[in-house]
Amino acid sequence: MAQTLVEQEDLLVVKDLKTHYPIRNGLLGGQTGSIKAVDGVSFTVKKGETFSIVGESGCGKSTVGMSILRLTEPTSGEVIFNDKNVLEKNKHELKAIRRDMQVIFQDTYSSLNPKHTIKKILSEPLVINRKMTKEKREERVIELLRLVGLGPHHLNRFPHEFSGGQRQRIGIARALALNPKLIICDEPVSALDVSIQSQILNLLEDLQQKLKLTYIFISHDLSVVEHISDRVAVMYLGKIVEMGKREEIFNHPQHPYTKALLSSVPIADPKLKNKRERIILKGDVPSPKNPPKGCHFHARCPFKMEKCEEAYPSYVHVSSEHRVACHLLDS
Amino acid sequence: MAEPAIQIPNEQTERKKKENVRSPEWAAFKKNKLGMAALWVLIAITLIAIAAPLIAPYDPYAQNVANRMQGPSAAHWLGTDSYGRDTLSRIIYGSRTSLLVGVVSVALSGIIGFAAGIIAGYKGGKIDDVIMRVLESIQSIPLLLLGLMVLVAAGSNLVTLILVITVGLLPSCARIARGTTIDIKEKEFVKAAISMGSSTTRILFHHILPNIMSSLLVISALHMTSAIMVEASLSFLGIGVQPPTPTWGNMIQDGFKYVTLNPTLAVYPGIALIIVSVSFNLVGDALRDALDPHLSRKR
Repeated sequence: MAQTLVEQEDLLVVKDLKTHYPIRNGLLGGQTGSIKAVDGVSFTVKKGETFSIVGESGCGKSTVGMSILRLTEPTSGEVIFNDKNVLEKNKHELKAIRRDMQVIFQDTYSSLNPKHTIKKILSEPLVINRKMTKEKREERVIELLRLVGLGPHHLNRFPHEFSGGQRQRIGIARALALNPKLIICDEPVSALDVSIQSQILNLLEDLQQKLKLTYIFISHDLSVVEHISDRVAVMYLGKIVEMGKREEIFNHPQHPYTKALLSSVPIADPKLKNKRERIILKGDVPSPKNPPKGCHFHARCPFKMEKCEEAYPSYVHVSSEHRVACHLLDS
Repeated sequence: MAEPAIQIPNEQTERKKKENVRSPEWAAFKKNKLGMAALWVLIAITLIAIAAPLIAPYDPYAQNVANRMQGPSAAHWLGTDSYGRDTLSRIIYGSRTSLLVGVVSVALSGIIGFAAGIIAGYKGGKIDDVIMRVLESIQSIPLLLLGLMVLVAAGSNLVTLILVITVGLLPSCARIARGTTIDIKEKEFVKAAISMGSSTTRILFHHILPNIMSSLLVISALHMTSAIMVEASLSFLGIGVQPPTPTWGNMIQDGFKYVTLNPTLAVYPGIALIIVSVSFNLVGDALRDALDPHLSRKR
């Protein structure tokens, strides 16, 4: 397990990050409201760890990733990467910072340019950022291919000639090209077959050990998250409701939403399955355009109290790492 | 979906396939017999237009009043017109005007319109609004009417004619480029390119343009037909290319005057016009079929 590599130093600090999408209506395009995709998210990522963000679709977990990279412009907050505030940098400085933060996407079809060969795809980051000779560049590209388990004979092929798993390997190789410190993995295995998923996860773990990488792992798949994470944050409707070490989240979940999520993970053993307490949530995630007053979760929460409708709960620390936003823990 | 049996490629089939893999679009296009035939027709017509002085049996301007209004004969394959000029030679020379107007106006409108559309689509927001509203205001006037107004006001000459057609084609160029750009810019490989530090220019030329090129090619082929037809229509109305310069449009108009005496005078240039415009349309359709991934997968 990668835990031995986790250092105490913070690589990334996110403070009160908000990303609101304006809703424009009418002839003059006036703003009539906003979708609060990310609404005040704070967390830190330590060097060498895998920090996972989980939640249902539409909870804002991908937007967090895109906002850190400023691929989506955040509305407010702070993102401090390697002691540099990403959100205050101009275009040129941002380019330098982004070299150390790369991204892996879910959709392997749309993440590789279909008109480019693998050689061109993997050379691109080198052409843009590094002055090196053609021979050196080719060497590096082959090195990258080997690193992800492909070979030089794949160089002149096009993305459509590869399987989903292979394409994801190419995506990973591209992200590694500039020796980044942090890789944001946005649902990297969700589109793959289960058998391929584990291969890619193992590859990510190997690379983390070898290259001392830090991951932000965004996923809705709890079994994958349990396998790969050091720490986990659970998001609901733009906010982190619970965050803690993997063992704490998976063995002692405190927030009713986390409990519900965990109880939805299928268990293969029917004996264990029957023993388990199932929490089935009613209804859908409310619209982030108009989130419910008070705790965002109160409409679906089986333990709803009066004050849940009035105020958003503040964080309660269960342990040094484990914090929960729920009124149940107020006392 | 019923897909053809997937073969596990070995070295040999792979090498054979290599060509097709590099340009699967071209391979698909080649399978379309009608499209290929139309392409050959267009190549032939282009060569004829370029080599007109060598091919045309007579000077298209040489009048011979003694031989006027003749039917087809060994000396004049398609007969002569009201001034005794050789119809075949005039049709051959007329192809020069048609293709010149078509190629230049499609190229100009393509360069300007595609660039405007790509910028509008990529930048979005206010820039997009301004560019698209301006172009939509042009589009609200039918191309033929626009041509009539401008040419009557500014006087008829070839340059004005080409410019009017260029302006008229701009909106649809921009709209195609904008739509396809918006589609591609949302793709994750563009986001990846941004995150690795690509400049906007690099993204537009390396990532957007190669992926929308096929759509731009299709619309250009279809625009050739529009441009040629508008030129012919305006010339037919007498405000396009002026006589004695031969164009198919003014030849039809000329023949129209004598339609009771010798109807073939209007028919021959009309046939030439139909062949060219149908060919461009067929090539355009074949291109679209070849480049549309949904259709090509079924093949």
